[in-house]
Amino acid sequence: MNAAATTEALLYLNGVTVSFDGFKALNELSLIVEQGELRTIIGPNGAGKTTMMDVVTGKTRPDSGEALFRGTADLTRLDEAEIANLGIGRKFQRPAVFENLTVFENLELSLADGRSTWGTLFARLTADRADRIAATLARIGLTEQSGLPAGTLSHGQKQWLEIGMLLIHDRTLLLLDEPVAGMTDRETEETAELILDLGKDRTIVVVEHDMAFVRSLGARVTVLHEGSVLAEGSIDHVQNDPRVIEVYLGR
Amino acid sequence: MGSAYLARGRESAWNPSFWACFLTCGLVLAVAIPALYLWTPPNSAAVPPDYLVPLLGKYLCYALLALSLDLIWGYAGILSLGQGAFFALGGYCMGMYLMRQIGTRGVYANPVLPDFMVFLNWRELPWFWWGFDHFAWAAAMVILVPGVLALVFGWLAFRSRVTGVYLSIITQAMTYALMLAFFRNDMGFGGNNGMTDYKDILGWDVHQPATRLGLYLASVVALGLGYLLCRFITSSKLGRILLALRDAESRVRFLGYSVTNAKLFVFTFSAILAGIAGALYVPQVGIINPSEFSPGNSIEVAIWVSVGGRGTLSGAIVGAILVNAAKTWLTGAAPETWLFVLGALFVLTTLVFPRGIVGLLRPARWIRLRPPDPVPAGEQA
Repeated sequence: MNAAATTEALLYLNGVTVSFDGFKALNELSLIVEQGELRTIIGPNGAGKTTMMDVVTGKTRPDSGEALFRGTADLTRLDEAEIANLGIGRKFQRPAVFENLTVFENLELSLADGRSTWGTLFARLTADRADRIAATLARIGLTEQSGLPAGTLSHGQKQWLEIGMLLIHDRTLLLLDEPVAGMTDRETEETAELILDLGKDRTIVVVEHDMAFVRSLGARVTVLHEGSVLAEGSIDHVQNDPRVIEVYLGR
Repeated sequence: MGSAYLARGRESAWNPSFWACFLTCGLVLAVAIPALYLWTPPNSAAVPPDYLVPLLGKYLCYALLALSLDLIWGYAGILSLGQGAFFALGGYCMGMYLMRQIGTRGVYANPVLPDFMVFLNWRELPWFWWGFDHFAWAAAMVILVPGVLALVFGWLAFRSRVTGVYLSIITQAMTYALMLAFFRNDMGFGGNNGMTDYKDILGWDVHQPATRLGLYLASVVALGLGYLLCRFITSSKLGRILLALRDAESRVRFLGYSVTNAKLFVFTFSAILAGIAGALYVPQVGIINPSEFSPGNSIEVAIWVSVGGRGTLSGAIVGAILVNAAKTWLTGAAPETWLFVLGALFVLTTLVFPRGIVGLLRPARWIRLRPPDPVPAGEQA
């Protein structure tokens, strides 16, 4: 990959290696996600999916390799808050909503607003921000629950709230770590629709185990194995790849 | 729960019933108590004893100290077990001013040096005592010394992401180290005797009832303003960020907020409140010495807060006043039982009513807001 192409990719990982006590969670991982793409990443446990997200969001510093956003921002040098402010949002494996804040307040904190400590001390909730929150509540179907503490929501509702928190900020790149884990079939279907809808105007990377769900997204699939890319292509392509069958699907 | 409430997702912190409560409490403290002295006929049984005013003033200083701990512990989850250090530093700044006011009325009648320095054969005032003959300088130091210490200490701790029990331990170590340092005579703060025998403050005799009443009223005002500022912080968006980081710190980072800055801000603000509390405390009790830095004192503050109700600002005030009133009474009536009672109180609070007295009276946010019969999402049509 030459330098000119690097600047065109939204997310560019090249030769990223992360090791924990000698175990290589990521081994020379290279991955390119283009602007506007919907990408699914699958792989057996320990393949490095979550570690990859940790590197992109600044939680983990790689031992070596490059991680660039928009070809210019070096993700290996920025901290979590700085990376979030570049426009990279992350949804965790376990729903990570703020349980003691109301649904409304969870969304309020996620608004693309000033992030300075002093600014938040004097921040006022203007009508257009309240409208934005109301619109997001409607989109994730939690209008009724607006004033409830997020801790009282069902598991599926928490997952949606978390997606809503990413949605309201207008992030450029969303990283979704197992967004349908623990959801009922119906909730899973609704989530797939929501993600396809969101994907119309932003770039999304989904890490998932649920093959039916991955298939319903119909996106390009990257298979990770032992910290590097094993195969890449359409779902049918990778499912027929003998190496993929051996390490993952065949088990 | 009206539609306006649902649209905003919360009630306003500054509603009329809050102001009614606040002003009633303020009036009782600021008007009713002084009125007992001024308008009851002399020698009648209704006149309260002289010691009552400085005693209540002391409780109010403790209440301000408890408030400062509740702001960081109850809202941001920072359990500082060194809050007493900031209180003592504020107290020492005030003590230094009061020592300089003694002048030639000291035992050795030295116009510049406090008695303990003359006793140690010091020839001149150490540089860090300069300016303390001016009240304005001392008042500025009451804010700056605890504030700057908290800023530096907090920056080092929060930047390195020291949290939970580790943070509690290092704050404890900080106050212990300060205690050992202040015990040393060559530190220039009076060693283990500390500073006492004050004469006057701003030209007023500290032993006069009118001065004591003035100091008491200053404590009422400081507590009132401190409470309003804490309420302003906790009801702002920053307050919700603090609650959020108390529960899921890393999640707040991924939202793009600086956890370090938010914590540093409240930690420093809370240290300043504690410093002001200490500065008001010293002229009312008449002494400051290194035992104020003892780790036990800071732990006691955490007990006041948890008894009153952690995470409720009024709870911190109620807890501090009630526990200290109980302490005053019990250490007179049955001194040997006090520590057992204090320990039992803490165990009881933790096990039986973890949300404290105010928490018992006021339903928790999540209980009050819980829908009558929540329907799991999967079962919804």
